[in-house]
Amino acid sequence: MTRRLLSGNEAIAEGAWEAGVRVGVGYPGTPSTETLESLVRHEDVHCEWSPNEKVALEVGLGAAMGGVRSLVTMKHVGVNVAADPLMSACNTGVNAGLVILAADDPSCYSSQNEQDSRFYAAFARIPCLDPADSAEALDFSRRAFEISERFDTPVMLHETMRIAHTRTMVEVDGTRADDAPRDYADNIGKFVMMPANAVRRRAVVDERTAELEAWAEDCGLNQVEMRDKGVGVICAGAVYQHVREALPEASTFKLGLTWPLPAQALAAFATSVDKCYVVEEASDYLSLRVRAMGIQLATPPAAPIPVAGELNPALVRASFGVEEPAHQPAAKDLPPRPPAFCPGCPHRLVYVELRRLKAVVTGDIGCYTLGAVAPYRAVHSVIDMGASLSMAHGMELAGVTERTGRPVVGVIGDSTFAHSGITSLLGTVYNGGVGTLCILDNRTTAMTGTQGNPVNGVTLTDSSHKIGPLDNPTGKALDLPVLLRALGVEDVAEVDAQDQKAIRAALKAAVANADQLSVIIFKSPCRLVDRRTKPAPQIKDCRKCGTCIQIGCPALGRAADGSAVIDPTLCVGCTQCQQACPFGCISPVAPKEA
Amino acid sequence: METKTILLVGVGGQGTILAGHLLADVAARAGLDVKVSEIHGMSQRGGSVSTVVRVGDHVSSMICDPGCADVIVAFEAVEALRAQQFLKAGGAMFVNRETITPVSVNIGNFTMPQNVRARLTGMGAKLIPAGRIARDLGSPKSTNVVLVGALSTALDFDADLWRTTVREGVPKKTIDANLAAFEAGRAAALEA
Ligand SMILES: Cc1ncc(C[n+]2csc(CCOP(=O)(O)OP(=O)(O)O)c2C)c(N)n1
Repeated sequence: MTRRLLSGNEAIAEGAWEAGVRVGVGYPGTPSTETLESLVRHEDVHCEWSPNEKVALEVGLGAAMGGVRSLVTMKHVGVNVAADPLMSACNTGVNAGLVILAADDPSCYSSQNEQDSRFYAAFARIPCLDPADSAEALDFSRRAFEISERFDTPVMLHETMRIAHTRTMVEVDGTRADDAPRDYADNIGKFVMMPANAVRRRAVVDERTAELEAWAEDCGLNQVEMRDKGVGVICAGAVYQHVREALPEASTFKLGLTWPLPAQALAAFATSVDKCYVVEEASDYLSLRVRAMGIQLATPPAAPIPVAGELNPALVRASFGVEEPAHQPAAKDLPPRPPAFCPGCPHRLVYVELRRLKAVVTGDIGCYTLGAVAPYRAVHSVIDMGASLSMAHGMELAGVTERTGRPVVGVIGDSTFAHSGITSLLGTVYNGGVGTLCILDNRTTAMTGTQGNPVNGVTLTDSSHKIGPLDNPTGKALDLPVLLRALGVEDVAEVDAQDQKAIRAALKAAVANADQLSVIIFKSPCRLVDRRTKPAPQIKDCRKCGTCIQIGCPALGRAADGSAVIDPTLCVGCTQCQQACPFGCISPVAPKEA
Repeated sequence: METKTILLVGVGGQGTILAGHLLADVAARAGLDVKVSEIHGMSQRGGSVSTVVRVGDHVSSMICDPGCADVIVAFEAVEALRAQQFLKAGGAMFVNRETITPVSVNIGNFTMPQNVRARLTGMGAKLIPAGRIARDLGSPKSTNVVLVGALSTALDFDADLWRTTVREGVPKKTIDANLAAFEAGRAAALEA
């Protein structure tokens, strides 16, 4: 046993390894990403990134059906993408264990929505485990595989950002279970979900559910802690920790298994306390179910628990009327500091030019979503991965350009294009759609921490070292222009995303060509992948027009007299400001004479 | 030991995460329970960032609520003001003297706050010229460890435990520079 500080994600990877997992597969997404990045360090596990979560779950199910334990990881919105195979995998069951990590993000720290993935576990009737710290994350991860095999079902391992990204103390055992593959045998009735079999499997699922419900009462995953009998709180995950902090005297029913719920044990707990509460965050998942069992739930005395947003001890105190510690008020006069494109980011100049064009931009998900904020404000929709291209087609069908005089442009990143953009584009081509689409190929999946993807060919094994070997990846890199032409796009352009004039010209040409579908690939590596820098340029006789400032580079500021200044510690020497200056005042520093 | 909450705030890329790891390591070596909560992802791109470290015999929540931080370490002065409501009455605050102008100010949509330093010293903060100290030592990247040195004066861990942790927690080539940064930060905090 060694005592280590592990994040929830590292602990889940460790637990899966101890359980004998042989395949780890997923698509990056905060807060789930580090799980596979950590699992891949074990050489006896094959780990890979899939193009999207649906593919990942299917690969994982195939591996489990084939007889090896597999872990599939995704963020909450990934479960939406994987919902189709999930809703049948729950009926087929598994052979070797199959565990699906669903990582939720209450308060949307890095997400386009807030959702409670446990609804999917209930929907699919698969067990759902909810750890409350990293030690439990390791333990539950290991046990999830046993449960999966014992009940012949996929299992959901559910966590929130505060579990995923909090390091807590873990005793690591370091021994691995026997990972020998289970035998594979054909079983058409179990794995071929055509109507007659699906109907029969449904009956199997109902029997399994009854068994799971009986087992839930005594499964060892839930913990009743009796303290003051006046107040009893039912809770799970990180919320349990906040309740302990805010209401240290309260009795608690900590659910480690959040589907199925232990009905009898919960009823017994509710009758053993004067008032029984459910405290949960950004959801009514637990309270709906507990109420449906006929258990009377009380409303906290001072205010209901908020229905949206992440919970914390202060909010629990506020609901229960516990005084908050004295503190000064928040300062109100501070400038916001939202994330910004890095100095040298290849997305920047594309948005500068889209802003100039006054384009209506259907956007997508990645670092390039930041094109929606000042000083660009040049992204007008962001919904889900791939939506940029399909929504641009919908906007075209709505006649937006004719009615507004503004071109519609769809903008998507390389990883997002591989995730869901290809099918969107296929739909447009197939139906004779026209318009302008941009693929921002920065050679990486930047937003989630520079993972490899099918466009750059860097695999999880390469990119476990983060900055992947771009020139010589172990995987196969997708040839984007060839793919685009094969899909039927006739006008394909490749443009250097660091060349402002070329960007302007390409966009202008594509937009002018209104009767055709044009796809422009803007290519230039992300600065987190290619960290080579050049010296900062110099500014001479600045005219104080502010044009360079309005490209929004964090390295560019203004001196007291209004002239532009470059912070040499942040500048990477990309020349974007130099290209933006209308008066030619910014120029590279002459190389020193030898 | 009763639970202590340390809040580290700054701007993405300033090294708050490493500082949090060093502190957590010190507490773990001292045999305490530790929780370290970080925000990853979207906020890393030059935005405001924070790390919460809670240490004690038994730590429950990983979140720092308003009025609950025993110590705040701010790697940037405006971010210190942004975190002021988290400071416990009588808590300690160490602030790097430097400010980083956000893009929102550079492009003219917002202005920098007035009297930043006076407001900070008014609430008892110790201003540490951490960036300058690190540059003077010839290792500008060790600004975070200068602040770790300052932080070490506000917690009851043995200075040698800190030194060992810094030595084992930073890249090999930077050990000497970081140890010097740590000592300089300690000295600056004791003088301030
Ligand atoms: C269905 C789904 N899966 C995963 C994510 C998490 N996610 C957000 S942005 C992103 C990466 C986008 O990469 P890319 O399109 O290459 O753009 P970049 O960040 O490199 O600019 C991912 C994986 C998500 N938002 N939705």
